[in-house]
Amino acid sequence: MPGCSRRPGLRPESSRQVPPASRFSSSKSSSMASAPTSKYNSRSLENESIKRTSRDGVNRDLSEAVPRLPGEIRITDKEVIYICPFNGPIKGRVYITNYRLYLRSLETDSALILDVPLGVISRIEKMGGATSRGENSYGLDITCKDMRNLRFALKQEGHSRRDMFEILTRHAFPLSHSLPIFAFVNEEKFNVDGWMVYNPVEEYRRQGLPNHHWRITFINKCYELCDTYPPLLVVPFRATDEDLKRVATFRSRNRIPVLSWIHPENKTVIVRCSQPLVGMSGKRNKDDEKYLDVIRETNRQISKLTIYDARPNVNAVANKATGGGYESDDAYHNTELFFLDIHNIHVMRESLKKVKDIVYPNVEESHWLSSLESTHWLEHIKLILTGAIQVADKVSSGRSSVLVHCSDGWDRTAQLTSLAMLMLDSFYRSIEGFEILVQKEWISFGHKFASRIGHGDKNHADADRSPIFLQFIDCVWQMSKQFPTAFEFNERFLMTILDHLYSCRFGTFLYNCESARERQKVTERTVSLWSLINSNKDTFKNPFYTKEINRVLYPVASMRHLELWVNYYIRWNPRIKQQQPNPVEQRYMELLALRDEYIKRLEELQLANSAKLSDPSTSPSSPSQMLPHVQTHF
Amino acid sequence: MLGKGVVGGGGGTRAPKPSFVSYVRPEEIHTNEKEVTEKEVTLHLLPGEQLLCEASTVLKCVQEDSCQRGIYGKLVCTDFKIAFLGDDESALESDETQFKNKIIGENDIPLHCVDQIYGVFDEKKKTLFGQLKKYPEKLIIHCKDLRVFHFCLRYTKEEEVKRIVSGIIHHTLAPKLLKRLFLFSYATAVHSNTPTNPQNHTVMFDTLEDWCWELERTKGSMKYKAVSVNEGYRVCERLPAHFVVPAPLPEESVSRFQGHGIPIWCWSYHNGCALLKMSALPREQDDGILQTHKNFLDGIYRVIHRPPYEIVKTEDLSSNFLSLPDIQTAYSKFKQLFLIDNSTEFWDTDIKWFSLLESSSWLDIIRRCLKKAIEVIECLDAQNTNVLLVEENASDLCCLVSSLVQVMMDPHCRTRAGFQSLVQKEWVAGGHCFLDRCNHLRQSDKEEVPVFLLFLDCVWQLVHQHPPAFEFTETYLTVLSDSLYIPIFTTFFFNSPHQKEMNLGREAQDAHSTPLHLLTVWDWSVQFEPRAQTLLQNPLYVEKPKLDKGQRKGTHLKHQRQLSLPLTQSKSSPKRGFFREETDHLIKNLLGKRISKLINYSDELQDSFREFYDSWHSKPADYHGLLLPHIEGPEVRVWAQRYLRWIPEAQILGGGAVAMTSRLVGMMEEVRSLQEKINERHHHQRALPAEAPSLLRSSARLSSLFPFALLQRRPSKPVLPTSGWKALGDEEDLARREDEFVDLGEV
Repeated sequence: MPGCSRRPGLRPESSRQVPPASRFSSSKSSSMASAPTSKYNSRSLENESIKRTSRDGVNRDLSEAVPRLPGEIRITDKEVIYICPFNGPIKGRVYITNYRLYLRSLETDSALILDVPLGVISRIEKMGGATSRGENSYGLDITCKDMRNLRFALKQEGHSRRDMFEILTRHAFPLSHSLPIFAFVNEEKFNVDGWMVYNPVEEYRRQGLPNHHWRITFINKCYELCDTYPPLLVVPFRATDEDLKRVATFRSRNRIPVLSWIHPENKTVIVRCSQPLVGMSGKRNKDDEKYLDVIRETNRQISKLTIYDARPNVNAVANKATGGGYESDDAYHNTELFFLDIHNIHVMRESLKKVKDIVYPNVEESHWLSSLESTHWLEHIKLILTGAIQVADKVSSGRSSVLVHCSDGWDRTAQLTSLAMLMLDSFYRSIEGFEILVQKEWISFGHKFASRIGHGDKNHADADRSPIFLQFIDCVWQMSKQFPTAFEFNERFLMTILDHLYSCRFGTFLYNCESARERQKVTERTVSLWSLINSNKDTFKNPFYTKEINRVLYPVASMRHLELWVNYYIRWNPRIKQQQPNPVEQRYMELLALRDEYIKRLEELQLANSAKLSDPSTSPSSPSQMLPHVQTHF
Repeated sequence: MLGKGVVGGGGGTRAPKPSFVSYVRPEEIHTNEKEVTEKEVTLHLLPGEQLLCEASTVLKCVQEDSCQRGIYGKLVCTDFKIAFLGDDESALESDETQFKNKIIGENDIPLHCVDQIYGVFDEKKKTLFGQLKKYPEKLIIHCKDLRVFHFCLRYTKEEEVKRIVSGIIHHTLAPKLLKRLFLFSYATAVHSNTPTNPQNHTVMFDTLEDWCWELERTKGSMKYKAVSVNEGYRVCERLPAHFVVPAPLPEESVSRFQGHGIPIWCWSYHNGCALLKMSALPREQDDGILQTHKNFLDGIYRVIHRPPYEIVKTEDLSSNFLSLPDIQTAYSKFKQLFLIDNSTEFWDTDIKWFSLLESSSWLDIIRRCLKKAIEVIECLDAQNTNVLLVEENASDLCCLVSSLVQVMMDPHCRTRAGFQSLVQKEWVAGGHCFLDRCNHLRQSDKEEVPVFLLFLDCVWQLVHQHPPAFEFTETYLTVLSDSLYIPIFTTFFFNSPHQKEMNLGREAQDAHSTPLHLLTVWDWSVQFEPRAQTLLQNPLYVEKPKLDKGQRKGTHLKHQRQLSLPLTQSKSSPKRGFFREETDHLIKNLLGKRISKLINYSDELQDSFREFYDSWHSKPADYHGLLLPHIEGPEVRVWAQRYLRWIPEAQILGGGAVAMTSRLVGMMEEVRSLQEKINERHHHQRALPAEAPSLLRSSARLSSLFPFALLQRRPSKPVLPTSGWKALGDEEDLARREDEFVDLGEV
């Protein structure tokens, strides 16, 4: 590009909007990373500008150390050519640690920096062979889990590619090489302990549990009843532990129906479980039938229990062949069964692959809409939201308690219950509430993060991988887009969660279930993602948040309102980047600052005049009265 | 109380459908109050408006949730509108939240706003026109502002049905004479002592002074001159009486081909480059005439194209750009996606929404217009060339492209007064045939093309992408688009200034008659109360700060937008105010000379466009400078406020961007009141009377369709899609797969 210097915005990877996870430490030295509060107590906007100037600063020492977390060890560095899909080849030096791949441009007119946690790498491929001719045709192609590919061209001489390939493979896939995942090596310290965020007893107490109809049981304390459930469960008061054991034999992987959420007024509940083991012969289990009836009776207003089977009807039928199935009318008298037509993990994985095809590296231009439609991604989002709205509406209207399951009750079920809870309970729309929701419905109830993400595992084609949690976060984003004042957190919060879903810097999303985490002593040996977030809360706050208790949010699950989350899925493309910070938000922040200043000045004036004026203004718009509703809570 | 019935029942019970789904069957309605007298809702007539026909016991059907409600009332047709007079609950709603139009009520349809009329005969929906042999049991009216009305005529006396249906069809669909426009009755009947209307500082471009003013404003007077050669429309009926041409152009040449082949000035950029337009010379077969044409054009061209100082690039909009029929076809398909009769239709189309949108190609047309404007801007800004837009009559795509370019390049056009002046200059004075393009007279469907609407949609894209850059809101654009069909304003009801002058000018009237009372659409107080007008004003907009010289320096680097030119690299090319000092012109022109040698733009058009576009977007936007839109697939969107506003299913209760805006407005008012308190204490002054709180502030929780949400649903119920899943195609095998292959592995 003659005559056009690469300005900061042209750099694709150094986004000036929401920085990827790794960027939180990118411009700091390692010592600062251990005291993040000092760095991040300012508003996000200022934050950005500080970073920008530091990156473009003239006196920047090129040999400056690569950002390093405590416990992060530098392994190697190499001169490479980064083949940027947007701006062409850029010469740079790549540094590899046991946590990240870091590239800094060696060209004077480019300030490009790549900072990629090794955890996001899903696949490393060699491109070109010894006989490769063309320019930059020999090197590595790295596929990432966060919708991008990185290509590096290397010199053919001196085994530099082999070295880099081997080092990357070892450290990107530590589990396949008997190495520890970085989270176990990470020595970061935060002044907040994220592991303390979720305490199941406290959360159930917040919901008003236990009560006359529901009790807390420790039957699964040592994971004997169900190895993928948490130790503490809420079950009907009238069901004995013996009943539970018998029910467990009839539910796939012993995942019995347990309470997720109870409506504070009408006492209807959301109960989650796995499919009943009906099988081809149409087996019945009196205990299971009775148990569901007991659940139904906890809410006396109604004669039926509503069962939402998340799967398409045909799939539920097909599952009978492998011993599963659904609750039939003749066996379960007082129930009403609905299928929600949400597809399985394989369909979702393929759908996301298609999304990547149309957005990376180039965004399909002339047929954008039909291409988007052909990915079916938003259609899946629509169905999930529609299902969750139905669950929420059933419970909120008080017409009936709801039981939700899919096959095993750890993918679609988690999506439906957690989204319904987000619609029903405003507590979950706060930062900490959302953390609790994720911790409870996803992590503690055994969404198989390890299998779905494949942390540290080299088997990129594993059929168990699927973007189920990403889909959930996308649904949350769609809701926050439709209700911009209802959530305490901002888009950056959601993106940070997704970035660390892959990064392996924190223990939060490691392993498939609580029993495995306990065995690995995850809470003792790793840091929680919530420690990072809660000690930098201001960065993740939505300034427009208006706390409203008891407000049920029903998003509109219509294609007319659903949109592709461009800031996430297309964030690597510098052309698509949207205005950041959002100008409305920026203006609002300016006004907030101005208001605070005026209030201070007014108070000073009031003090000065207090001798003369005994009664300060008490008009309804008096600033002191305005204060509470504008201030965000927590 | 009143003749009102509620039909319950969910949308779940669906029988096999005839071509039309009649969701209110009159016999299903609880009509126990059938004999109840209708409450007289008085018909409000405008001055000069006459009642033509009416029918009573008409049932207006309203959809709410899955219920359908019918309201009894009277359907009337006047020479201005169709109106339904019934006791609607919304009348009881507090005025607080209502964004009322003083001219057009909720149940009023101006005759020019009617798009299509359908009749339902035995469950079959048919388009109505001409003489009817049989009268329908139900009337469905699709409006140009996207409203859909259903009137059930089952209980209406046969006589009245005949009268009202044929009356409505005749007065909306039959060809009309210009003189029969309601505009004339209104203008004659209004007696007003105020001779001129407040135009809100809008420059009307009907005098020589207005053009001189614009030349001064854009510093174009060095090279261009305002001429009155067409005074009295002696030369050309398509041109305004006054306009601007290149200074060296002899005035006689204007009359040579009745104004064809003359470069007419639109606007000058601060680097001295100008945007010009020209209507092409008539097509001729005769070689002799062609040669004369060629010689004439060569002469004209030499006047403006004088390398190395002045280079002109010609942009022929008649070829290799959009064609007018394409635009019309696209819009016809597109609008149909929003004229939705019922909930079932909404959800049925929802699954294939994106492909339906794409197949209309309306968004693609918008993208192409934006792209064309950026191409022109690239010439003006980066290549220092004048651009001459050529089109057959220079009054359709020329207006569109030239005004888009100005909105993007000239921050004045992003103020309300500036935007209105722009519409006056390029569209009204520019002779855009509003009468024909809107088909107001229903004389020729072939001429109907929504060019102006396309322009508004393009501007909306800019407003949506860069909200702080505009003084007006999307609501402003929406009500402006609605105003196209209100025949009390002269603005959009003539094909040219000449036509307006002939029909409304002093000569057109008897010497003794009272002067006509003419309104322009820019007098927003005619349609809206001051409180409602606050919604047209963007709270985010900040006027360009007036900086003194010392401060200006600091802004240079920050707002630097200067382009990809090798020569300007080393030297900082400052972006001072919008217009530079005169001395800069020379430098620029000298630069232009060298550049023309460096770049052969015809070959590298795509590259230079891409580079210009990318380079602009890589820097932070200066809202008071050049403004470019994003034109990638995901960035060109549906103007949801205009198109989805009447569809109850699309309503997000308590959500939408309006929730954010209302917080912002609230905060602004709070800050203002604090400021006043401080002033009060400081200076011991009485506080100024507080401004009326805006409509946004007064309501705690608004719908996403605000301010147009008239069909309020009860907030407690969610809308649920009723249609299912579309076939997955090649993914069917995946869908059938087992959920899990592996047992809980390492656990």
